[in-house]
Amino acid sequence: MSSGYVARRIAVFFLIVWLAASLNFLLPHTANVNPVRQRLARLQAFGVASGVTATRASGEEKSLFEETVKTWERKFGLDQPLWKQYVRYMGDIARFDLGFSIVNFPASVLRMILQALPWTVMVIGLATIFSFILGSMLGALMVWRRDSTMLKVIGPPILALSAIPYYLLGIGLIFILAFTWQFFPLSGGYDYGTIPDVSWNFIRQAGHHAILPALSIVLAQIGFWGLHMRGMMVTVQEEDYMQLAEAKGLKGTRLFLRYAVRNAILPQATNLALTLGLIITQGVLVEVVFSYPGIGTLLFSAIRNLDFFVINGIVFIIVLSVGLATLIIDLLNPILDPRIRYQQA
Amino acid sequence: MADPVTKSPPAHTAEANNEVVLSVEDLKVYYDTPSGPLKAVDGVSFTLTRGERLAIVGESGSGKSTLATALMRMTRSPGRVAGGRVILDGKDLLPLTAEQIRRVRLSEIALVPQGAMNSLNPVMRVEDQIIDGMVDHSETGRAAKPELRPRVHELLRRVGLSTSVSRMFPHELSGGMKQRVAMAIATSLSPKVILADEPTSALDVVVQRQIMQTLGQLQEGLDASTVLVGHDMGLVAQFADTIGVMYAGRLVEIAPARQIFQNPLHPYTRLLIKSLPSLAGKGEFIAIPGLPPTLLDLPQGCSFNPRCPDVFDKCSAVTPQLLEVMQGRSAACHLFEQKGEDN
Ligand SMILES: Nc1ncnc2c1ncn2[C@@H]1O[C@H](COP(=O)(O)OP(=O)(O)OP(=O)(O)O)[C@@H](O)[C@H]1O
Ligand SMILES: [Mg+2]
Repeated sequence: MSSGYVARRIAVFFLIVWLAASLNFLLPHTANVNPVRQRLARLQAFGVASGVTATRASGEEKSLFEETVKTWERKFGLDQPLWKQYVRYMGDIARFDLGFSIVNFPASVLRMILQALPWTVMVIGLATIFSFILGSMLGALMVWRRDSTMLKVIGPPILALSAIPYYLLGIGLIFILAFTWQFFPLSGGYDYGTIPDVSWNFIRQAGHHAILPALSIVLAQIGFWGLHMRGMMVTVQEEDYMQLAEAKGLKGTRLFLRYAVRNAILPQATNLALTLGLIITQGVLVEVVFSYPGIGTLLFSAIRNLDFFVINGIVFIIVLSVGLATLIIDLLNPILDPRIRYQQA
Repeated sequence: MADPVTKSPPAHTAEANNEVVLSVEDLKVYYDTPSGPLKAVDGVSFTLTRGERLAIVGESGSGKSTLATALMRMTRSPGRVAGGRVILDGKDLLPLTAEQIRRVRLSEIALVPQGAMNSLNPVMRVEDQIIDGMVDHSETGRAAKPELRPRVHELLRRVGLSTSVSRMFPHELSGGMKQRVAMAIATSLSPKVILADEPTSALDVVVQRQIMQTLGQLQEGLDASTVLVGHDMGLVAQFADTIGVMYAGRLVEIAPARQIFQNPLHPYTRLLIKSLPSLAGKGEFIAIPGLPPTLLDLPQGCSFNPRCPDVFDKCSAVTPQLLEVMQGRSAACHLFEQKGEDN
């Protein structure tokens, strides 16, 4: 892999991030929605924005409202010309300054995201990797050990699980394991009233809470990975190099791992990186179902409360993670498959 | 003119020549199809002596690859060995356990695959693909890579490749180079029998000859016996001591190469040789009339009878057996059965 290739890939990564950030900036402006005004209008409807009472004259009320909007717009820099806003936005993005939450002002968006991210990465991310390993091995073994009675019995039902959406699986798991039998907590990332720290007790608690959300993802994804792997293994088994490898009298494990799985896993690796890049969006439903304190829940509540800068910040993080995943695929693929190295030399 | 492909005459003593290395007895390999068993190999028998080069020729679909695969005991479903014995060095391969047959492969009988492009693992370096076979056959099971590297280089040199090939990946090699790597692998443990199934298909003519020449040198160097499968009678003729002709899953003639060319016995062999393009008969192509039969629905009696120029009544009634009709020559044809047997 040449350094030119690496440099090119990294340049492409930054280009994507820049384009995405620009879109992220421009789209809301073209939509002609003023987030501050909307937010305030909504609060006013509930009668909390300016403490106005219904008896006040409507004209007075209106001007007060406009004034509040102006103040807030100034605060968020929305009164500036577009290009100035853009330059400022780009500068902020470069420093990972994603602004402030409108709803929880003055909480910084970055802080909120950084608080939520570990939950998502640890649970959804690890569950994805875990289901990738389990599913791929299951799919591979179902082809390799065609005659195994155990695989014949347990394999197809596990693969069929992928037909059920994971949030439905999650609801089912909650109902059976948390509600009916109460093996696991119903929701949340830790016990109510606990303050997160790095104590052993807290980690155990968090683990206990993580099992159900993780399980629903593992159960739903295992079939996906298994089906793909099974298909690839069937193809690989027909390859000439498998016949020669068998004629070489190689040991079974070497034949399986170094020849069959090693080749069948190649397209899977790309899939895995992309899936990991999308864990935030993938996690939304699971996190909401389990009221999990991850970034999916954050996004969900931000959308509900029209917390514009939080939405914007999370979307940017999503783009960033997809871009990173793509970069990793591009850098990893030539190592996994020497033929790609060759084509790009 | 000395032909480099042709084996240098009497390389072995007559005594060594009689030592049987591989003996195939009434081997039957059937494919289970929805419309019944397809008899791809139906009662094939032959013996191979030490250092002998046997070529199996026949049209596409006559069961050559099925036979070769069965000799490695690598028949895959829906195929199955329906009967017979494959005796390598006094040991029947068919009843061996999976682990026993694994140990026999490569160390005693090795495969040189079809000269197509995909016989090597695309994600492994050449040296690793040579080494892993040796490691999995070593007694200790753990032979270190650096230790084996000189051996890899020696093997590569022996098949006419530069040692720098060892660090390369298959896609960096030409078809001919890949086939040389495959030969280096096949000879890495000095097997008693080298089995080559159309080793030169998909290669150009010049490379074909070079590959056959290398195969010949390797075989002589190791004093191994060779079973060469091919459909190019011309290429095979220069290489082999003995030629076996297959038709519809059966051996119809087996004889020393020279004699089979000078005086083919079976009408099918005769047509095969006639159909070889020659310089003298420029522009003429002689094809064997008719089509190869479908193995699921073979004609009564001799399978070749609908296409045979010398067909007579008995041919469509009785299946001829492979019999020794002359000194060292066998044919399965009613034309050559002893007159006395007819009564
Ligand atoms: N997997 C299979 N299932 C069913 N029939 C098969 C299978 N493989 C081969 N056959 C049949 O067995 C017969 C012999 O096939 P085989 O591949 O041994 O022929 P071959 O002589 O090697 O031909 P070629 O010169 O084209 O390689 C053919 O009629 C083929 O249709
Ligand atoms: Mg074949």
